[in-house]
Amino acid sequence: MALSKLSSSSSLSTNILKPLTNSFFLHRPISTDTTPLTIETSVPFTSHQCEAPSRSVETTPKELLSFFRQMATMRRMEIAADSLYKAKLVRGFCHLYDGQEAVAIGMEAGITKKDSIITAYRDHCTFLGRGGTLLEVFSELMGRKDGCSHGKGGSMHFYKKDSGFYGGHGIVGAQIPLGCGLAFAQKYSKDETVTFALYGDGAANQGQLFEALNIAALWDLPAILVCENNHYGMGTAEWRAAKSPSYYKRGDYVPGLKVDGMDALAVKQACKFAKEHALKNGPMILEMDTYRYHGHSMSDPGSTYRTRDEISGVRQERDPIERIRKLILAHDLATEKELKDIEKEVRKEVDDAIAKAKESPMPEPSELFTNVYVKGYGVEVFGADRKEVRSALP
Amino acid sequence: MVLLLAVNMVTRAGFSLKQLKMWGIIRQKVAAGGGSPVARIRPVVSNLRNYSSAVKQMMVREALNSALDEEMSADPKVFLMGEEVGEYQGAYKISKGLLEKYGPERVLDTPITEAGFTGIGVGAAYYGLKPVVEFMTFNFSMQAIDHIINSAAKSNYMSSGQISVPIVFRGPNGAAAGVGAQHSHCYAAWYASVPGLKVLSPYSSEDARGLLKAAIRDPDPVVFLENELLYGESFPVSAEVLDSSFCLPIGKAKIEREGKDVTITAFSKIVGLSLKAAEILAKEGISAEVINLRSIRPLDRSTINASVRKTNRLVTVEEGFPQHGVGAEICASVIEESFSYLDAPVERIAGADVPMPYAANLERMAVPQVEDIVRAAKRACYRSVPMAAAA
Repeated sequence: MALSKLSSSSSLSTNILKPLTNSFFLHRPISTDTTPLTIETSVPFTSHQCEAPSRSVETTPKELLSFFRQMATMRRMEIAADSLYKAKLVRGFCHLYDGQEAVAIGMEAGITKKDSIITAYRDHCTFLGRGGTLLEVFSELMGRKDGCSHGKGGSMHFYKKDSGFYGGHGIVGAQIPLGCGLAFAQKYSKDETVTFALYGDGAANQGQLFEALNIAALWDLPAILVCENNHYGMGTAEWRAAKSPSYYKRGDYVPGLKVDGMDALAVKQACKFAKEHALKNGPMILEMDTYRYHGHSMSDPGSTYRTRDEISGVRQERDPIERIRKLILAHDLATEKELKDIEKEVRKEVDDAIAKAKESPMPEPSELFTNVYVKGYGVEVFGADRKEVRSALP
Repeated sequence: MVLLLAVNMVTRAGFSLKQLKMWGIIRQKVAAGGGSPVARIRPVVSNLRNYSSAVKQMMVREALNSALDEEMSADPKVFLMGEEVGEYQGAYKISKGLLEKYGPERVLDTPITEAGFTGIGVGAAYYGLKPVVEFMTFNFSMQAIDHIINSAAKSNYMSSGQISVPIVFRGPNGAAAGVGAQHSHCYAAWYASVPGLKVLSPYSSEDARGLLKAAIRDPDPVVFLENELLYGESFPVSAEVLDSSFCLPIGKAKIEREGKDVTITAFSKIVGLSLKAAEILAKEGISAEVINLRSIRPLDRSTINASVRKTNRLVTVEEGFPQHGVGAEICASVIEESFSYLDAPVERIAGADVPMPYAANLERMAVPQVEDIVRAAKRACYRSVPMAAAA
């Protein structure tokens, strides 16, 4: 890796050699520089029943650039999904994550693919973070064969079990006990891994959360409950739904941490910290202070219960991608043009994936009856007209 | 005379006769002919049923909204609670304007906690209030089903009449369009199997108004299953339907279309499909009688059986899963009570026996289509192609 050696030598030679390295890597001008860099989070962590981790986060130029690229991909993907929905290529419900990318990205940086993640229906970016591809996302959204659920799940039901992503759930709050169950199984199997169960501020008041958390604490399960607090449960602001919107404290005896969810490095630090804690001491709650630019779903304009000033204010002050861009530029890890080029590439990747997804065929009619069971014993199954369409479950 | 002047002044101030009626200022039976001075102000009103040009079109959404409005206006014990029913104006705009009109004490936005707020609603009903609990869809009612069944349905019985539960649980039920497996379940058969509950499912705007008003006035727990895809559909409504005292009886089905060759039973959105099927069948010389159940529990067995005794053939159609479904109960009832009148095996059309797929082509196969109903009716009349061989 002679080139990486070259680029990691003194800054003077780095500057001289940058154009050289670029010309060798025409497709991807991503720095492979792994010299450690320490960056302070935007705000300190607030803790409940535990010691907060340090504000100083270790990272590398490579990591920062990958944050930028991945978040840009997620942002572009969600905006493209918006257009596809309006063009009626995506049906039903479509809940977009733009604004919240730092949570997905920061979490991945702090954990491994052996750890598990489970979330609700705002799952496109979480799926991508777990290693899903754009083609799988767009195909699934359009109900095609190449979708991650082969077109049978839809927007709210993405899964990727081989990299520890357990979905994709439509019923508010249900994913939390399920996540604690994953943690139970991890502990039972002595895997030394943890589960992150994501939920929103709307779900934070669900009884099943407290039931599952109680058991997780009782049994020392390696479960980390992550509240992605975007401050609105559909159209209801947090203060109208929760007596105490300090979600990181709601675990009572369970320790909690409040994190700036728009700061990918803070998220990374918090998740690393939480993983270490959970493996030793049982469950923990992380509250990510984040924001969604879109409404609750594509059927919600998102502006009847929030002001446009608020939305644009967050975009200007706290956008997660802009934060990383500023960091990269401030530390001279790439030029503005290089970052813009990355964004152009990302745009093309997304467009290509959409084009490919549009060509993916719809599932075969016989798929109607597959995967009802793992083992169907040859039981008869019927279509709408039981005398016309019938099959046997394998 | 005084009333005439008052009404005159008020109508000049911009309030419509309809609004006055709604507010209970004028409780006027529209069917009343000449006679009263008020009726003379708008003579066309009493003749509305005869002149289709004067018949109003009303969306189901509007019908539900007006029914809620009128019942809340008539009885201060009636209140509405659910997610986004207030400030958001209702997830599907069914409760539009109600918060503004009745205030936050009677229109309550709840957190996303069905088990909690349903239990709270049932408790309020124990005490004597008349809650209308909205589920954003009935899929979410599963989080609260213990309260619906164990706390609401059974209480009057267990307490020997002391604790009655005058509550209405309402919201969209069944499949919408492309909402996937967890958001497309039909709960009609689930709730209709429970003694102590009443289960209603409207089709048209007339049904929506009349049945919701009946449900709110009823002293027992009522599960009111609406349909998201019907909310935006318009139906003609007569003046009688628009009157604030309009109410439909619980437990009575409606014969939407008379026929003599085959009986088709349906409820909710499927009634529309069945009517379309009947049109197609008519062109082929089969006269289908379409029954709009309106009430799943109590089930109007006498209307259904009387119809089958007339036609001798039965096709039940529903959106929900077939096993142990509404159609299964209807078939059993007909076989038990009208066996010797049947000239053909009973036919059931239902949702496919699989979780609802998302892909558009698969979803289409999973939900009854007009062709399915036509095919089954023809089979019942021995006019179809041979049965498809088992796979």
